[in-house]
Amino acid sequence: MTNLIVMPLVIPILVAVLLIFLRNYRYLQRAIVVVTLVAMIVMSVMLLQLVHTEGIQRVDFGGWQPPFGILFVADPFAVLLVVIANAVTLCCMLYAFRSFSPHYERMFAYPLMLMMLAGVNGSFLTGDIFNLFVCFEVMLLASYALIALGGRAEQLRESLKYVIINIVASWLFLVAIAFLYGTIGTLNMAHIAQRVQELGPDPLITTIALFFLVVFALKGGLLLFFWLPGSYSVPPVPIAAMFAALLTKVGIYAIIRTFTLLFTTQPNVTHGLITVMAISTLIAGSLGAIAYRDIRQIAAFNVVIGVGFVLLAVGANNEAAYAGALYYMMHDMVGKAMLFLICGTMIYLTKQERYDDMSGLIHHYPLFGWMFLVVMVALTGMPPFSGFVGKVLMGQGLVASGSYISLAVGFGASVIVLYSLLRVMLHAIFGETMIADEDKVKLPKSMLLPIVALGAMSLYLGASAETLMPYVTDAARVLADSSIYIEAILGK
Amino acid sequence: METLMILLIGVLVSVATYLVLSRNVIRVILGTAVLSHAVHLLILTIGEVKKGEAPLLGNQTANGPYTDALPQALILTAIVISFAVTAFVLVLAFRAYKTNGTDDLEQLRGDEHD
Repeated sequence: MTNLIVMPLVIPILVAVLLIFLRNYRYLQRAIVVVTLVAMIVMSVMLLQLVHTEGIQRVDFGGWQPPFGILFVADPFAVLLVVIANAVTLCCMLYAFRSFSPHYERMFAYPLMLMMLAGVNGSFLTGDIFNLFVCFEVMLLASYALIALGGRAEQLRESLKYVIINIVASWLFLVAIAFLYGTIGTLNMAHIAQRVQELGPDPLITTIALFFLVVFALKGGLLLFFWLPGSYSVPPVPIAAMFAALLTKVGIYAIIRTFTLLFTTQPNVTHGLITVMAISTLIAGSLGAIAYRDIRQIAAFNVVIGVGFVLLAVGANNEAAYAGALYYMMHDMVGKAMLFLICGTMIYLTKQERYDDMSGLIHHYPLFGWMFLVVMVALTGMPPFSGFVGKVLMGQGLVASGSYISLAVGFGASVIVLYSLLRVMLHAIFGETMIADEDKVKLPKSMLLPIVALGAMSLYLGASAETLMPYVTDAARVLADSSIYIEAILGK
Repeated sequence: METLMILLIGVLVSVATYLVLSRNVIRVILGTAVLSHAVHLLILTIGEVKKGEAPLLGNQTANGPYTDALPQALILTAIVISFAVTAFVLVLAFRAYKTNGTDDLEQLRGDEHD
């Protein structure tokens, strides 16, 4: 038992409270944010190492042994996501330092971003289904405030819809928890898993599982993504990038966690439905990505495609597919943050939102143009960038389970991703430059740096797959065989 | 008793659904508040309303079975959260009304392309 596990939740909350009192000291706030996030990255890497050498770790709050009391569980799947979430948040924060107006910094933008990160980390680490609900709410409340922060008319309009949809989804979550508790009589995830397995394929459990699926599909943008493009295009760029990188991933994480650990007894119903939903998401997301000319919409639909691709793994339900899903999720967090930062920067530089109104950005901003190429290649899944490894593993998993339709749609969607971004690249990055030298907006190095850092991270994830693979296979083994998780919590 | 409670929850949920589906923002928010009350009652009912003694240590006179105390803890947490969210969304609705000049969700649709 180690207290390191709760740090990704506790530290951002404490620091966020501290920052509220420092609202007028902008530079002090920035310094504290950077130090905090670097410390958290170091700690989560230490935790990852610990989990790798000594197996799944847990911390029981107040000393209440499982299945009583709330606990945090550090399994490799969760910890890897925590590491990437913190690293991506650091990059978004660095970008925010340059792009936020002083007004934003005084209106608690940094504390709210840290609160959201705390909720995300908590959701990844918790081992109690009701605590998962609480962490979701921490994350969502911060995101409600962040999406409305600034108070522009369209922000308030979209945030109202976002909030109401999420309130209804949270309500469904509570209903599902109530039914689950009434049927199984426990809230500890490992204990639920054990009792569900003892019960065998029970129609009541399957119905509850479908309740959970609807909730997480709404949060993760699996098929029920109608709210996503609107709400992801209104907040300021670094906040939108954080949303794209983290929020949907929490929904995906919850789906993978619940359907590999808790509800495994009727895979033909639940896992089959998830596969159908994932395939529909891929198709609908692809249509969206090529239908719009507004680059923010194109980026938002790319998020949707990522969600669909990762969740193909649940249908395949084998170790290779889960390894691919985890690798792809890590890649997607980095890639989507980078894509949103780049699209935001393009809008900042040109004051246009449609790609056919932009042209020849590479003439004035060569490095920035290259970064667009990097994110495009990475998201399409070409080596040596990070998407490649995830796609290969996912492909192996899908072939092994014989899900050829998933395979075809998943890889077809990659081509659509390439097409949608290539269009933007040909119009906006290449072509005749439309801005005269004297009118060009300066692109500050401090804005380019986080984008380059994310590009480097993507390159690292792709090129050093050898060093990361042991952790990923660890995680995939836990996902493919739920008894490892249950034994780590409840003993033999 | 449980049957009565479930019927009450059903009534609350139908009222809330009616409110949530209306066009007026305030009605929608009131609907979500009623929804949350319904689910709190549901959690209470799921734990069985009264089946035993108060689960207190050192209670000499009681010798089981005890009532499950966990649903109360869950409801308490859920009430606090729904309280915070409702307060936030009321302020948000007020600001949205002041800025956009309407509380009709039909008019808050937004342009397809912005």
